[in-house]
Formats: sequence, C-alpha cells, structure tokens
Amino acid sequence: MSGFDETLLEEADEIVRVRFVVNGRKVACEVAPRETLVDCLRNELELTGTHAGCEMGACGACLVQLDGRAVHSCLMFAVQADGAKIETIEGLTESGVLADLQAEFHRRNALQCGFCTPGMLVNAHELLSLVAQPSREEIRDALSGNYCRCTGYEAIVDAIDAVAKARSEGGGAT
Amino acid sequence: MSAPLTSLDRPNSYIGRSVPRPNAKRLLAGRGRYVSDLRLPRMLHAAFLRSPHAHAKIVSIDTEQARALEGVHLVAIGADLAKVCTPWTGTLDHFKGMTSAPQLPLPLDRVVWAGQAVVAVVAESRAIAEDALELIEIDYEDLPVVVDIDGAREAGGPLVNPGSANNTCFRSQLDSGTVDDAFAHAAHVVEEEFSFGRHTAVTLEPRAIVADYDPSAGMLTVHHATQTPYQFQDLYSRHYGIPEARVRVIATDIGGSFGMKLHVYHEDMAVVGLSILLGHPVKYVADRIESFVSDIHARDHRVHARMALDAKGEILAMDVLDLTAIGAFSTYPRTSVVEGNQVIRLIGAPYRFKNYRATLEVIFQNKVQTSQYRAVGHPIACAVTERLVDMAAAKVGLDPFAMRAKNVIADDAYPQTSPTGYRFEALSHQACLKRLHEMMDYDRLRAEQADLRKRGVYRGIGIATFVEITNPGPAFYGVGGARISSQDGAILSLTPSGEVRCLISVTEQGQGTEAIISQIVADQLGLAQEHVKVITGDTEVTPHGGATWACRGAGIGGETALQATRALKRNILEIAALILQEQPSALDIVDGEVVDAGTRNQRMPISEIARIAYFRSDTLPPGTQAQLTVSHHFAPQGYPFAFTNGIQGCSLEVDVETGFIKVLKHFIVEDCGRVINPMLVDEQLRGGIVQGLGAALFEECRYSETGQLVNGSLADYLVPMPMEMPDIVIGHVETPTADTELGAKGVGEAGTAAASACVLNAVNDALAPFDVTINSIPITPAKILKALKRF
Ligand code: FES
Ligand code: FES
Repeated sequence: MSGFDETLLEEADEIVRVRFVVNGRKVACEVAPRETLVDCLRNELELTGTHAGCEMGACGACLVQLDGRAVHSCLMFAVQADGAKIETIEGLTESGVLADLQAEFHRRNALQCGFCTPGMLVNAHELLSLVAQPSREEIRDALSGNYCRCTGYEAIVDAIDAVAKARSEGGGAT
Repeated sequence: MSAPLTSLDRPNSYIGRSVPRPNAKRLLAGRGRYVSDLRLPRMLHAAFLRSPHAHAKIVSIDTEQARALEGVHLVAIGADLAKVCTPWTGTLDHFKGMTSAPQLPLPLDRVVWAGQAVVAVVAESRAIAEDALELIEIDYEDLPVVVDIDGAREAGGPLVNPGSANNTCFRSQLDSGTVDDAFAHAAHVVEEEFSFGRHTAVTLEPRAIVADYDPSAGMLTVHHATQTPYQFQDLYSRHYGIPEARVRVIATDIGGSFGMKLHVYHEDMAVVGLSILLGHPVKYVADRIESFVSDIHARDHRVHARMALDAKGEILAMDVLDLTAIGAFSTYPRTSVVEGNQVIRLIGAPYRFKNYRATLEVIFQNKVQTSQYRAVGHPIACAVTERLVDMAAAKVGLDPFAMRAKNVIADDAYPQTSPTGYRFEALSHQACLKRLHEMMDYDRLRAEQADLRKRGVYRGIGIATFVEITNPGPAFYGVGGARISSQDGAILSLTPSGEVRCLISVTEQGQGTEAIISQIVADQLGLAQEHVKVITGDTEVTPHGGATWACRGAGIGGETALQATRALKRNILEIAALILQEQPSALDIVDGEVVDAGTRNQRMPISEIARIAYFRSDTLPPGTQAQLTVSHHFAPQGYPFAFTNGIQGCSLEVDVETGFIKVLKHFIVEDCGRVINPMLVDEQLRGGIVQGLGAALFEECRYSETGQLVNGSLADYLVPMPMEMPDIVIGHVETPTADTELGAKGVGEAGTAAASACVLNAVNDALAPFDVTINSIPITPAKILKALKRF
C-alpha cells in the first residue's frame, strides 16, 4: 500500500456550496464533492425519510423526485443536483400528492418494516403520472427496480392498481 | 338481506379482524425512526478494515498514519478491545460435545474469513473513518483455506482452528425404530443427494447500531436495530462488566430482520467497546457489501436421504445424513447448530411412520458464520421430505395429492409424537390437502399441463406439506444455558383519561406486533383500538422477555397481553363495583363504558373510574388502593412448541431453451391456530413465500476457491423483485392451540418453510418428459440447462 496520500486528504477537505429547492424551500449546503445526494439529504438536511439500501442503484430505496422525475439519490453526487428542485417523501407527504397512495398502502398493509416504502411511493407516483391505467403486469414492471424484503409485493401492486382505478374514476384527481 | 351476526359484530371485538396497523402511517410518511437515521450530540462514526484473506496469520498492523489523520479519534485493534470485552463462545450445553473457538470483537492474531473486521477506526464522519482505513497497513501470512464441505472433512486436511483435531463442530444421531429392517423389507426405495446453497437475509436496512456510553453515569445506552433487545442488554452487561440495570437497549423501527438481527456480530460488540473507550456515542451502519460478508448466512447443507415404502406406497422408514457447513465459528448465543438440528428433527414430520435414523454433522470452514434465518432448517427438511415423497409417488404410480393423503398423519389422530421426538398437539394436514386441491383447481391445472406439453410448453405443478415450529418454550435455549427468554412480559396501565398504555416485551419489525397487541388489549378490555397505545423495544421501560423470534409474537406475546388485560379489567371492575355499589361480577366493560353485565345498560365511563382513582381517591372507601397498572408475565407451558402446519402449491413454467423459470401462481393453505388479524397473517405468508422463492430460484452466496465471496452486492446477488414474483392465493384452516386462552400459534416462517420444496417439485414435474431431475437449490437456468445437457 502507498504511503501517506496527500491528494486523498485534499480531496476530502474540499468543500463546495450547493443550493437546491428541497420540498419547496431554498436550501444551501456545504458538501464534499464526493458526497452523494442521499447522504446530503439524510445527513446535512436531516430528511431521513429517503433511505439507502444498496448505494448502487439496485434497490430503489433512495428514490426522490428531482425536477419532477424519480431519480436514485444514491447515484448522484450532491454537487450534481445543484440548482435542482427536489421532493423527498417528507415534501410529497406534506403537499398531499401521495395521500391517496399512502392511504391505500395503509389500508392494504402494503408495507411491513417500511424501509422500502418511501422509494416505492415515489416510483408509484411517477408511474401513475405517466400511465393512468397501468395493468398489473405494467405495475410490476415499473416496480422492478424496487426491492422489498418484507412484503410479497402483491399488496403493493394491489394498492397502486386500486389508486390508479380510483384516480381515473375521479377524473384523474390529484 | 344482511349476513347473520358473528362474534366480530360485537363492539370492540378485534380478534379475527383485518384492521390496518396504526404505526404504519408514520412509516408511509417517511417518519420512521430507524437506527440508521439516528444522530446524537458528539456522535462519532466507526468503520472497519476487513480481511482480504479467508485464512491468514496477522503478522503486524501499522496504524500510525491513520491515527494522525485529522478527525480520527481512535484506531483500535483486537488487543485494545480485548482489554475491555470478555470473549464469547457459541456453544450450548444441550448439544453434547459441541465446540467452537472463543471470539473477540476483533481478532488478535489470525483471520478466519474474507471480510472479517480486523481494525476499527472511529472518526468525525464515516468518510473520514474510511479515509483512515486506507492508511492502515496489515501484514498477513496466508494459511491454508478450508472452503467446501468435502475439503473440510478430509482427514489430515487443513484446519479452520489449528488447535483442534478436525473441523467438526458437532455431530449427533437420532435413531428410532428398526430402520435397516424396514429398508430390507421395503417394496420400493427412493434415494437422493440434495444440496442447498448458502444465502442470506438481505434486509433492506443493513445492520445498524449507535452505542452511547456515558462514563459520568456509568450507563450504556445502545440504539440497536435488533429483534431481541433484552438478549443484548444481558450480553453487553456481561461482556463489558456493566450492571444490567445500567445497560439500556433501544430497538425502535427496524428495517427488516428475519432472524438475522438477533445474533452477536463482531462489529456490534466492537462499537460498544469503542464507545466505552471514548466516552462518545459511536455509530456504525454496515454498507451493503459489508452486509454480504458479515451478516450471517444460512442453509449450506448437503443431505443424503432415502425413503422406504411398501407396495401400496405407505412410508415405512427414512434414513438421512445432513452435512452442514457453518463458517469459522458457531454464532453466539444461539449457535449455528440449531439449523441442522431442526433439519434432522423436521424431516418426515407430516407423515405417519416410525422408523427414522438421521445423522447430523456440523462442519467449520473459512467463511462467514451461518445461523438462524427465517424458517430455520424448515426449507431443507421440507424439500428433502417432499421431493422423496414425490419420487416415491412416481414409483408407486400415485398422484402427489393421493400419495400425501395416504401418508399424512390423520387430523383425528392427535396428539402424536414424531419419530424424532416432537410432540404434536393437533395438526390439520388432511383438511389442508383438501383445501389446496380445490383452491388450485388441480384437475384443471393437470389437464392444461398435458395440453400444453403437446405443444412444447413445459409447465410443472408442485406441492409440499410442512410442519412449522412456533412458540418455543424454555427447552429451546434455556436448558442449553443461554440467557434467552421464552417468557414475555407486559405492563398495562389505565391512564387518567381512560386510555390504556401497554408496554410489552415482544418487538416490532413490521410484522404488525403493535397492531395485534392493541387488538387483543382492546378486545379483552372492551375499548376502541385507538385508545390503546402499545410501546415496544426499550429495555428501560418494557418488561424483560424473549421478544420476537421463532414466531412467538402472537402466540406468547399475544397471550401475555391477553392475560395482562384480563387482570387490568378485573381491577377496573373492582373499583367500579365500589363506586357503583355492585358486585364486580355484575359489571362488564363495553366500548370504554362500565355496563351491567346482564342488560348492557351503561353505568359509567372507565375514564370516570380513572379520574376518581387518580385524583379523588378520598372518595373511595377507606383502605382502597386502586391498582390501575398491572404487570404480568407469561411463559408457555404444556407442549414445548406450538407446531403449525400447512401446504403450499406452485404452478410454473420452464423454458427448456433458456432454462428460465416463470412462477405463474403460488398457493398456500395454512393453519396457525387462532388468527388475530387475517390481513397481517396473509402478508406474513406472502412475504415469507417470496423469501422462499428467492432461495429456490435466485439467491446464493457464491465463493471462489480461495474463499472470496464473489457476488457480494445487490447487482450480483439476485433477490426476488416484483416482476419475477407471482400472485399468491391463500387459504386458512384454524386449529387453535388449547395451551393458551388465545389459541394463536406463529405464522411468520410458514411461507418460507415450503416454498422452495414446492418449486423443486414443480420444476421436476415440468422436466419429467425429459427424464432428468434437479436436486439442488437454487434452481438456476444454468442448472436446468445442464440437466437437459444443453449447456
Ligand atoms: S440505495 Fe439507491 S438504489 Fe439502492
Ligand atoms: S417493507 Fe420492509 S423492505 Fe419493504
């Protein structure tokens, strides 16, 4: 192994100021260039609703909305999100856009430990904004990057299916 | 016309009702409080340097540069922690002759698996701690590596623990009846060698711990993502020499556990020691790669089994050898032998036969330790038994359903003792078989299968009967000398406003413990469920108990809550009787109101009783001391376990060109005794089945010849994802246990128990036209193509 690596330390010391609009509020953070968005949200901004399960884009626990699209916050550095509009589960909850999904997940027990749940909701929300009436097959396909160890997925599919139907009956409300 | 009234139409009757979990709303809003979310004042972060070798001598460790890095508070090696922590040994007394080397948080002079933590760094952030790891130099001297089961058993081969005579951790034998005789007189014998890969829990939230030692108070607080806070309170107290009452373990929201989060891990023990050494809170959250190399793995068995039958297809005898490789140590405090022990004791469990012989050999190797994970031993016992039963059915010319109907223990033949010594109170194999047959629409499935086969589409149908161990009594760990409780405790208070607070020792990891406990309390007291608050997972406030493992939450925790509630109700009614000048027996509680037992006429709200007792005790008769808090403990007696049973079915399609398997539909009929919340039971079953399907089709911890885990990430280790999983049809049979008032048994492991057996049978059924068989799990496309000689 090499000796004392000065460049390593310099990189670690470097701090960048980034600004985003998170859940409707302007925030500024001082982050290291190597810090991921999920770490920044969780550690700097204390928005711990966004979870990390794999830190390599495989599990979907870290999904957030960035400029209106669901993205993996583990696959992005905080500095890359500079200037972006970010919605986390906390903001999406407060604004009420997920209320029907959350109520249906609750009613059907479409969660157990709840660790995958924020990512599942962000993904389900995105799906329903793109496809008004997905088939069960399409729902399963859309969720295929969201790992859940506890449920058997079926209740999650049921809940999303039920919300899709209710929304289109209600004229595409929320 | 309305349906006839049932017991569920009474006010506040919650037992048997599908009500949502009160605590789930918090999780849905992103307001979970997982240990990985926690941040305490002055908190520091730990990271570990891990061994790149599966077996090596540690020659020297140079930590000087790491210590000099700004932001680093402590760099600790094995010897530093050995000064404060006493070693542990993963053996139990009732496993006679069992051995395992003593363990410390970090090794002193030898590493025994690739990925073992060797040096700990504590720094101001995880990133700084990881920077420091890169500045540490360790000199290793390679030692011979023991990787596979055969190599480990070779006489004169390399040893995992150089001081020992061989690599055997434990050996035992069961022998009942006259097995050789039965085989000698059998009309048919079927025989197979099975192998089961290692897999692991892959909870979505990795292991997480924050240890906070306060030297000024001599008090250790550990926020620990665990199922069993009391067990860890005891362990931290004893191994670090802190009085038990000054150790507090808090287990709030846990992101999945499945047995994996109840074992002692080296890093967790180290983190406690690091906090003691520093007097700061220290946090450690495993990352995914660390989880793969340091969480317990499970299974890894090779089983040779044969079954003897008479001409009509009745099972006469079984003869089994189970070899299981457990890694370099046996886990503490539950040991790594329990799985193999359960395999040899559960084999054949649903069936009526007397002659049984089994040998278990538990073997060390240079890999991370294996231990209890959801459905300990069940999937292996079930796959071995059910595959042999299918092979036998084919030999005798019976349909799989008919074969089982002929051999299962009859529903009216209980109590029964299995040839392995398990005592069954009452099981319902016949009823379950019948239900499954209807639910699957079996005859139609068979007809469709035959049709499709003509067109080159290969579908398979598999069924598997199982027996599940739940509600373990003290004989499970207690008699072996482990300080693991089989009892649970509850403290119930009527609050001054007339609500109920229930502190209970069973814990919540998402299966719905809090929900079912509040249902039981509300039901038994006569109160709306929203007026019951359940608190779990804090050794400082909840009474000591076993907590949640081995499916004991409903059966033991629920019974504890039930008995505690009845005691509180008695006390409330006594005070009410004094106030109302009645006999307590003439009163009851409905919907939070004291009523006349006979007429149901309302007399007064229980909030009024609480108000008088707490604030106007002067108005009660002299000598009255209102006891509106009760504490109650319950330990199971009677049968040592509440066995449950059920049967699963699976319909799948094998693509013989690619080897891919598509599970089309899965079925389960389950008998867990009294069902408290049908929705939660169904979700336990579904989640359990999906874990079993993962094991059957995808999951395997693959090692290189030098003992390196080669697929330790979520991109390489396949887990079941929504797209590959089928819808699951569920049926219930209810045979309550008479051992408790509640009558509930466990259900958390039933899904996992038989899923892989079902898939194994279904795949072999699909491949029957090719006259090839599969006998190893996971069943990957490569294995199918190999069997078909297309690869
Ligand atoms: S943590 Fe981002 S996908 Fe798993
Ligand atoms: S509910 Fe636990 S991971 Fe999905």
